[in-house]
Amino acid sequence: MTEGKASPDTEPASARSMAWGPRLGWDRGALARRVTALPRPVKWALIGLVVVLLYALPLLEIPIVSTPDTDFGGVLFTVASYVLVALGLNIVLGYAGLLDLGYVGFYAIGAYTVAVLGSLQAQLSWWLLIPLAVVLTTISGILLGAPTLRVRGDYLAIVTLGFGEIIRLTALNTEWLGAAKGITGVPRPPSVELFEVPHLKWEGATAVVDLDDTTRFLFFGVADQTPYYWLTLTVIFLVLGADRMLRLSRIGRGWEATREDEDAAELMGVPTFKFKLLAFACGAFIGGLSGALFASRQGFINPESFLLLLSILFVAAVVVGGAGNRWGVILGAVVVAYLPERFRGFEEWRLLVFGLALLLLANFRPQGLIPPRRAKRAQAVDEQLEALEEGTARA
Amino acid sequence: MPSTSVSEQPVTRNGAALLSLDDVSIQFGGLKALDGVSFDVREGEILGLIGPNGAGKTTCFNVMTGVYQPTSGEVRFAGEPLGRRKRFAITRLGIARTFQNIRLFGNMTALENVLVGADAHHRTNVIDALVRSPRHRREEREGEETAREVMKFLGLERRADELARNLSYGEQRRLEIARAMATKPRLLCLDEPAAGFNPAEKAQLMDLIRRIRDVRGLTVLLIEHDMGLVMGVSDRVAVLEFGRKIAEGAPVDVRNDPAVIAAYLGTEADDAGEFDQEGDL
Ligand SMILES: Nc1ncnc2c1ncn2[C@@H]1O[C@H](COP(=O)(O)OP(=O)(O)OP(=O)(O)O)[C@@H](O)[C@H]1O
Ligand SMILES: [Mg+2]
Repeated sequence: MTEGKASPDTEPASARSMAWGPRLGWDRGALARRVTALPRPVKWALIGLVVVLLYALPLLEIPIVSTPDTDFGGVLFTVASYVLVALGLNIVLGYAGLLDLGYVGFYAIGAYTVAVLGSLQAQLSWWLLIPLAVVLTTISGILLGAPTLRVRGDYLAIVTLGFGEIIRLTALNTEWLGAAKGITGVPRPPSVELFEVPHLKWEGATAVVDLDDTTRFLFFGVADQTPYYWLTLTVIFLVLGADRMLRLSRIGRGWEATREDEDAAELMGVPTFKFKLLAFACGAFIGGLSGALFASRQGFINPESFLLLLSILFVAAVVVGGAGNRWGVILGAVVVAYLPERFRGFEEWRLLVFGLALLLLANFRPQGLIPPRRAKRAQAVDEQLEALEEGTARA
Repeated sequence: MPSTSVSEQPVTRNGAALLSLDDVSIQFGGLKALDGVSFDVREGEILGLIGPNGAGKTTCFNVMTGVYQPTSGEVRFAGEPLGRRKRFAITRLGIARTFQNIRLFGNMTALENVLVGADAHHRTNVIDALVRSPRHRREEREGEETAREVMKFLGLERRADELARNLSYGEQRRLEIARAMATKPRLLCLDEPAAGFNPAEKAQLMDLIRRIRDVRGLTVLLIEHDMGLVMGVSDRVAVLEFGRKIAEGAPVDVRNDPAVIAAYLGTEADDAGEFDQEGDL
């Protein structure tokens, strides 16, 4: 909220931003601008191409990109799960500005709902389990948010941090929830086997269709995890659509205003508490959904799957990419999830490299890899002003 | 107590009290920031609220907009006690304000800032937004119309897509007024809108405040340190000192009131107000 402040004794600021104002060219990234400038059919064709490519990714077996040591479909599923989680957390952290350090708690509730009601205590159908998981997680989000969203900033971080751990410890200490030994036989999504899709095989620079290596469409098994990736990718597209709709509405504006200056927002008619709770519920919804998908892919969960570290990684994904920008957080999730999988050979070095990368990022790109266009534009203006100030100081 | 429901705006005759402070006191620890203050803002008038630094002017705004609950006394808007209404509910009722220290949504565009104000009366919920319901589309359209119209009124239409934090200081002050006006208030409260302005800008602001009342039909409550401005534009003036109201009346009378002269003697409030920018709201 201090950002917006201009004190009267820095009067020249007006003249300066006036001079630079009309020439602003940094409203969007160069790439995004070029894409928006394209004619409609071309744009849709491009988007279609990217979508097809994303679905085909596990089949292409692209050298270097594909992971040599692990099933690439499985890696892609992990990456997609992180992307989904990051999109959910972005609503809470990026849009509404609420530091939630216990997001793994929602992920766990989603996963445990599917596992407990699908295997351990009941054998409900998968089609029933997923909506049930989402509903229960959303409710838990509201129950957590209702008392805690009245406190601000640091307190919220501490309370949510505790929440994440409490969920894990509850699971660990409750026989009914499988305790330490966890839950096996979590139901998988029902399969419908229609046809087989062959993968590619690369011989040098040429690709040949490898009829020995195929993925059964749509068989949700143990070995080949590509179908789970397709499922999650589809969910991501749906969530992206919903995210965009909310963003471009009274609700998205309300979230942003609350993040910028909660008191001012409230005094301009935004019911900030309700909106924060809503952001929390939306975040929980998506977190629970990804947890449920995770459990039904894994087939087995135990409390170890929901360590605090995971929460930290989720926040890292959002912050690394650029909180508040959905494309940024997608990139952040890909970086956080994919790189460690790709370089599994260097297992012991993973966390060290990750820490170093975060350190560098915090220093050189504190706004994230792809910050929201706003932050970027504002920063560009700041830099211009600084340059200008230096100029006048020397003159 | 009148039995009118909360949602419908009670009717007031022209010149009747739109907002009344009735013996309002508020205590911060040992400090009585407001001490039995009573005054009315009459429908359709421009009321100036003046007083030396720390007199309790901004605190009055905070009590009127629900930021603070008075320790004793009552605030009534159009005859209805504000009671423990939430801040956003008071805004919807028809009181809008600006801030002594500019408090815009810096990383949102100027237009979006004003849209947030226009959203005050909107009801779009998650489902509406997700399926782009007729209500959502109508409210988006109306909101944008309102916002652009208000921005035009304040001469900000060409800055619509600029980030609020990148606007000039004067534009930011006007954007705050635009945002408040977009909530469609009946009473507009301006907290030192001329702070940091040069004489030419002050003259423009005076003109603007008059147009807000004459063209838009809003009642205006104005906190201002610049005597020329506040005496020139106000129909009536109320004076606070140490949390007490020491005078109220037409500008000429207030200016010659011995108590007011004593309060201001040697304080040079004109200058002081421009550099003292502390305080929360
Ligand atoms: N939240 C608070 N807690 C404690 N004291 C407060 C609080 N808000 C205001 N005060 C005190 O109440 C008194 C009146 O403050 P207020 O901001 O209303 O003055 P003002 O008339 O607006 O002055 P200025 O012209 O400097 O803006 C001051 O002494 C101030 O320090
Ligand atoms: Mg003040």
